[in-house]
Amino acid sequence: MKLDARIPAGSLEEKWTRYRSTVKLVGPNNKRKFHVIVVGTGLAGASAAATLAELGYTVSAFCYQDSARRAHSIAAQGGINAAKNYQNDGDSVYRLFYETVKGGDFRAREANVYRLAEVSAAIIDQCVAQGVPFAREYSGTLSNRSFGGSLVSRTFYARGQTGQQLLLGAYSALSKQIGEGAVKMYPRTEMLDLVVVDGTARGIVVRDLVTGKVEAHAGDAVLLCTGGYSNAFFLSTNAKGCNATAIWRAHRRGAAFANPCYTQIHPTCIPQAGPTQSKLTLMSESLRNDGRVWVPKKTGDTRRPGDVPTGERDYYLERIYPTYGNLAPRDVSSRAAKRMCDEGRGVGPGGRGVYLDFADSIARLGEGVIRDRYGNLFEMYERITGEDPYKVPMRIYPAPHYTMGGLWVDYGLMSTIPGLFVLGEANFSDHGANRLGASALMQGLADGYFVIPYTLGEYLAGSAGAKVTPSHPAFAETLAAVATTTEKLLAVKGSRSVDSFHRELGAVMWDTCGMGRTAEGLKSAIAQIRALGERYWQDVRVPGAGEDFNPELEKAGRVADYFELGELMCRDALERNESCGGHFREEYQTAEGEALRNDTDFCHAAAWEWTGPGKDPIRHVEPLAFESIQLATRSYK
Amino acid sequence: MKLTLHIWRQKNRSDEGRFVTYELADVDDHMSLLEMLDLLNERLIGKGEEPVAFEHDCREGICGSCGLVINGIAHGKEKGTTVCQLHMRHFADGDVVYIEPFRARAFPVIKDLVVDRSAFDRIVQAGGFVSARTGSAPDGNAVPVAKPVADLAMDAAECIGCGACVAACPNGAAMLFLAAKISHLGLLPQGQPERSARARAMVSRMEYEGFGSCTNYRECEAVCPKRISVNFIARLNRDFMKASLFNETIPAGKAAGGA
Ligand SMILES: Cc1cc2nc3c(=O)[nH]c(=O)nc-3n(C[C@H](O)[C@H](O)[C@H](O)COP(=O)(O)OP(=O)(O)OC[C@H]3O[C@@H](n4cnc5c(N)ncnc54)[C@H](O)[C@@H]3O)c2cc1C
Ligand code: FES
Repeated sequence: MKLDARIPAGSLEEKWTRYRSTVKLVGPNNKRKFHVIVVGTGLAGASAAATLAELGYTVSAFCYQDSARRAHSIAAQGGINAAKNYQNDGDSVYRLFYETVKGGDFRAREANVYRLAEVSAAIIDQCVAQGVPFAREYSGTLSNRSFGGSLVSRTFYARGQTGQQLLLGAYSALSKQIGEGAVKMYPRTEMLDLVVVDGTARGIVVRDLVTGKVEAHAGDAVLLCTGGYSNAFFLSTNAKGCNATAIWRAHRRGAAFANPCYTQIHPTCIPQAGPTQSKLTLMSESLRNDGRVWVPKKTGDTRRPGDVPTGERDYYLERIYPTYGNLAPRDVSSRAAKRMCDEGRGVGPGGRGVYLDFADSIARLGEGVIRDRYGNLFEMYERITGEDPYKVPMRIYPAPHYTMGGLWVDYGLMSTIPGLFVLGEANFSDHGANRLGASALMQGLADGYFVIPYTLGEYLAGSAGAKVTPSHPAFAETLAAVATTTEKLLAVKGSRSVDSFHRELGAVMWDTCGMGRTAEGLKSAIAQIRALGERYWQDVRVPGAGEDFNPELEKAGRVADYFELGELMCRDALERNESCGGHFREEYQTAEGEALRNDTDFCHAAAWEWTGPGKDPIRHVEPLAFESIQLATRSYK
Repeated sequence: MKLTLHIWRQKNRSDEGRFVTYELADVDDHMSLLEMLDLLNERLIGKGEEPVAFEHDCREGICGSCGLVINGIAHGKEKGTTVCQLHMRHFADGDVVYIEPFRARAFPVIKDLVVDRSAFDRIVQAGGFVSARTGSAPDGNAVPVAKPVADLAMDAAECIGCGACVAACPNGAAMLFLAAKISHLGLLPQGQPERSARARAMVSRMEYEGFGSCTNYRECEAVCPKRISVNFIARLNRDFMKASLFNETIPAGKAAGGA
């Protein structure tokens, strides 16, 4: 397997401009002859499908929800970054680029990140034009807030519902194209496999989630925009349906999977309340603009927060990271919270929580201002915990939230299978080992609105490949493979539910491949996951039939994939003998407990090749060359 | 706590459907209503019975997937709350709870508690957008928007498209949903050029989809998990009246029944 990132020549500042002006184009009359399959209609997929249809391509789009408007992007709260420098506080394309690379602990590709920073400003313009009601100042201009890992204020937002508003913008653009017949939309349809013909991606196999009917679609290119895989941990902040099935099955067909161990554990989530909990809820990082994080100085302090005098509180982020304070990046903040709890200073049930306290801000700004900024988040917190955060500090704890890893893609967002493109959270491209807040929305929309329209054109213009129809034998073969898996799952008729297995897998993942990882723990996890996976295929109970609306069957297929992916995550974490960003190996840390990177041996992306079920995968590397940035120890002190 | 549940079971669109009673023990205060249904399903699977189908995804009150009628009220009796955010501490030991799907002519049942709300998507496809070709936008600050206007547009834009308004309306009208979309875009300067065409195209599509008409019951506002105000309906009516008076042509493909 060859990993060629195909980074254009020229200086960092010239690459994208040059690429755009010299790339091969598809003639206007030929575009409609190309059928583009877009799987996933979250921010990345909806923006791509709408824009490609506008350009004239024939587009089919798929999502598993009943409507494109419900993709997981809808849940993003805090905001979206862009190097607009409206605040005149020193922002620039270079600074956004630099902070993103540094935030990712120098494990991302420079050229991709620079392009992301370059197109970021146009995203805001595009969204405003669509009618996204971003927050405004009294002057009528756009407002900004600050986010972790940055010293400037460049985050645009719409109350605590930025993802919702951006998605509704992209969804409305997509809807216009559907209404005009330029996009054929297939909601409640799940992709279960990729069809590869002569080494290129030529179609997909999908299941209609209402009737259970399985069928194939042929196309000239396939775009996977199917989101991240945090649900491998069972408990995460992702929507219940988020899954790795599309990217995992593409991986099994030959697409390399890069950096699977880079997962982001978000510091500000509501702690787990009980054993039956089905998901964790994020409290936006934007809260750290006005909330102060603390734990009692004494271990085992069971006093109510209000009874702990200021002198007996440890505002540990402000203490350890005076420059960034409560706005230290996510990986750093999460680990610090874990350390406090490990020291026995955690609060709430089981001692797994820290306070996020708004008392000082309320005293300074008044409750009205805080309500205006975060009202809906405070309400959500109260609804879930039954506690009023205007009166008592929130309790928060880290939770799996985002996955920086994903299918390997080149500069043009193409995977190792020609014709298979990967956009948004599903690819591995821009965030290295840790993503900064408000950068996922930016990346999803950059990929969909501004990158893929050029890079897909380059591929299609160059591919004179003959048209393929579903009558090609590769389609029958792939359909049969999908049918076999479904039948196998239904035939087990064991004694345990899908969820019970998923919970057990999640617990192993969280304990061994979560915030702190060790070689020993990871080795034992690989063995445990294999054993549990084998039991799954012998003892899972999937009720109902294949040709029916059957949510248990949907889950069963996804969990089967999580077993294989979970194992790969652990393997990747085990092979990466360093700590960087969200990947923290206990063996590699400084005397102060900070991540110890190893640039000599690990300044590369690891891309894994599937070799078959139960067989060891092959690890390939793409070296990362830093030409514009000097590798440095990442410090937020 | 222990609950007696009467849950609507319906195999498919053509099945008649009926309530089935389940006794469920060990329901915990911390659970959401959907986690309570997870628990029930876990037990049903254990007994070899088919679990109850219900729709959900984000479980944080934003995607609009979940939607159930709890004891006769869409999303239950807690104000401003979706069922995924409705916690069991609001129920008491021994309670009897009726759980049904959203019922409306325009929302046929697919299975058990799952309904087909795709009519909402088709209303948006008819005109619920601002046409803004990618890459053609002026600078985001080129057109100032007064903060109160932006805030009001956002109040309307918060709609999650769950359909509770339709389920609660004795006429099965979708006016609150539509009003939210029309107001969100109609308030902003970017939404002006297509404002009339949008109102007419969306209203006619709504009628075509079989939603009823609004006779001011205001039940929609009472159940809306995002507390969208019925005042937006007045805005919609104004836009629609104006559009009808001036009778602009509707762009091709957006007319009722189209696409
Ligand atoms: C609670 C929360 C808050 C967040 N807040 C922020 C924030 O403030 N700022 C920020 O920048 N980022 C934030 N993020 C991250 C960000 O929301 C996501 O990374 C981003 O929205 C992902 O977009 P996407 O388009 O790649 O995927 P998604 O929005 O997840 O969309 C995936 C799409 O793929 C479809 N799909 C998936 N699998 C299949 C399949 N097998 N077959 C067919 N279709 C499939 C789905 O139906 C959906 O349409 C947040 C994330 C969470 C969980
Ligand atoms: S599941 Fe998303 S709103 Fe309830």
